[in-house]
Amino acid sequence: MNIISKKWWYFVLSGIVIVPGLISLVTYGLRASVDFTGGTLLELQIKNEPFDKTQGRQLKIKNEDLKKVFTDNKVEVGSIQQSGPDMYLVRAKEIDKNTVVKIENTVKAKYGNVKEERLETVGPTVGAETTRKAITAIIVASLAIICFIAWAFRTIPKPYSSLKFGICAVAALVHDVLVVTGIFSLLGHFYKVEVDSLFVTALLTIIGFSVHDTIVVFDRIRENLRKLSGLSFSEIVNDSILETLARSLSTTLTVLFTLFALLLFGGETIRWFVVALLIGIISGTYSSIFNAAPLLVVWEEMKGKRRK
Amino acid sequence: MKNKRSLLWFIIIITFIAVFIDIPSSLPLKFNLGKFKVDYTLKRPDININIGPLSYQKELKTHLGLDLSGGTHLVLEADMNGISKNDRNQALDSAKNIIEKRINLFGVSEPVVQSAKVGDSYRVLVELSGIQDINTAIDLIGKTAQLDFREEATDAAKIASTSAYANVWTKETGLTGRYLKKSEVTFDPNTGKPQVALEFDQTGAKLFEQITAESVGKTLAIFLDNMIISAPRVNEKISGGKAVINGNFTMEEAKNLSIELNAGALPVPIKVIEQRNIGATLGKESIDKSILAGVIGLFIVAVFMIYNYGFLGFIADLALIVYALLTFAIFKYIPVTLTLAGIAGFILSIGMAVDANILIFERMKEEQRAGKLKHVALDLGFNRAFPSIRDSNFSSLITCAILYWFGTGIVRGFAVTLAIGILVSLFSAITVTRTFLRLVIK
Repeated sequence: MNIISKKWWYFVLSGIVIVPGLISLVTYGLRASVDFTGGTLLELQIKNEPFDKTQGRQLKIKNEDLKKVFTDNKVEVGSIQQSGPDMYLVRAKEIDKNTVVKIENTVKAKYGNVKEERLETVGPTVGAETTRKAITAIIVASLAIICFIAWAFRTIPKPYSSLKFGICAVAALVHDVLVVTGIFSLLGHFYKVEVDSLFVTALLTIIGFSVHDTIVVFDRIRENLRKLSGLSFSEIVNDSILETLARSLSTTLTVLFTLFALLLFGGETIRWFVVALLIGIISGTYSSIFNAAPLLVVWEEMKGKRRK
Repeated sequence: MKNKRSLLWFIIIITFIAVFIDIPSSLPLKFNLGKFKVDYTLKRPDININIGPLSYQKELKTHLGLDLSGGTHLVLEADMNGISKNDRNQALDSAKNIIEKRINLFGVSEPVVQSAKVGDSYRVLVELSGIQDINTAIDLIGKTAQLDFREEATDAAKIASTSAYANVWTKETGLTGRYLKKSEVTFDPNTGKPQVALEFDQTGAKLFEQITAESVGKTLAIFLDNMIISAPRVNEKISGGKAVINGNFTMEEAKNLSIELNAGALPVPIKVIEQRNIGATLGKESIDKSILAGVIGLFIVAVFMIYNYGFLGFIADLALIVYALLTFAIFKYIPVTLTLAGIAGFILSIGMAVDANILIFERMKEEQRAGKLKHVALDLGFNRAFPSIRDSNFSSLITCAILYWFGTGIVRGFAVTLAIGILVSLFSAITVTRTFLRLVIK
């Protein structure tokens, strides 16, 4: 099997996944949660559906009716979603605690059995701070990884440079971040999926996993380069990918198994966190095999051409 | 080989210790075994070791984060506009201290109160589990501290008739925290013992002079939020607005008193900038679901390993069980506060824990294909896979460190659990698997 010779096809495939996401990122952006924007998130459990006397039947709770309670109290509502049976998730501009009490009392009077399951209020300064921190964290992580790989691979034989390995690993990492954020931008636009600080956690975990995977492939390249087999660089890289392929697939499978277990049985709160990890892990494995290592070859070949 | 044996014993012993830590402090056992009926509650004592001068106690229990136990997470910001730059840290300490005191009035179990400085913003983080009326709590926490000085009531009969502190010092003096500039711990130049120094502003100094003149020989009580914090005896009239309280203070006591005085002297208005309430039922559901997911995940991974690597996979599964027991024991021992994301991190790390094993086993397969004998392949597999295991896990640890640094609450919990998971997995996948395999493969 020759992976390297088809490398451009793999780059194109990555592009097909990334470009729509990128376009969505530019046009729609990400649907940021209160963690970043500031605001209030209120989850109410409304058990008893109200009984309408005039018509003698159960009346369904309508989102518009619920929304009216909020707007009557001069609260700007972002969205109301049903987050489970009898559960209503309301996103709104920051609500102070007295107004929350007032709203809850009105809802109680209207619908009977109401329980506050979750109330999150994040001030705008905290939100801005979280956004700043999230972006810094991802940049710092990338830089730290370039430095670490450049250091860990410092013993590779000349003329190959360890810095290149680091940069290619980070290119694969950027690929994974783009895939995941792009898909979440689309999910946000079409299915109102939000990104919160758990999403950033997922991104950083994906970064860790992606690099973890890339290092395993690069480590084999390092080992095979030392053997001085007389093979060309692209042949060595291709062999190294094939030799580590079984491991890459096995590890990805075990991680995917645990993630699927979490997705199916793990409950509502972390659902999208797990989805982000799932997409990221698949992308991470793909990018270490089909992007990071081939990219090294492309770089070497470009250098070769310039010399000629 | 003696070394091998001792390693095996070491693994067995720490696994037993881990099991001991892992089991809940009371575990009801109820089942029927043929004719035997078992109905017994297993009780695990907490660690309590006393050997001569060595004594070590530790209560072991699982610490659940607010998202699992239900509760409220608050971030309060102190408004430092009225406080001079140098005194701000002290003012924050005092604010934190007084919030802690007020929370203790609620009788919440294990409240968390931390002060933090983010840029120019001075904050206090509060975590409360299981409070019914959170709004009352917030109102109480957010109140600005009230400090005042009170004289002994002159009516002697009244003192005799009541034993309550508040009734002894009933005469309000009009001297309040507003007139106190600040307080700090100093040392008595004669005895070297710690004492608490007070400094009043001009109006305060005059008032204080007046009050001390009146109550020489009597005590002057200091109340914070209507609770007495100190009642020193006035030895003489004090003018100039500087006084010291000395007694047989330990350093700690003097510090505490000074912090409490500063709460009144440097009062800071507090406002809530972040609040998250999580209902307890939501938490309970999440725990059950996560445990189920974890067990299923562990099971699938175990089956996969046996399917893929046969006997080797079985050994890896044993190591995986040791891994799960050890990791959970460490969580309980440190203790790491488990959040939903943290549990997800733990479950994720189960999948990653076998990665090192997979790397080693694949390498062994390769070496065997190259014609190496089984035990040679075993050693080669471990040695050759090691650099990639080391480097890849180290890079994961780097991201954990960054997650921790970036993180607040939930994210930090995730980073810590993932990092512990990675470290333990290195031990289990390399040392434990190798020891087991060497015993079996001769």
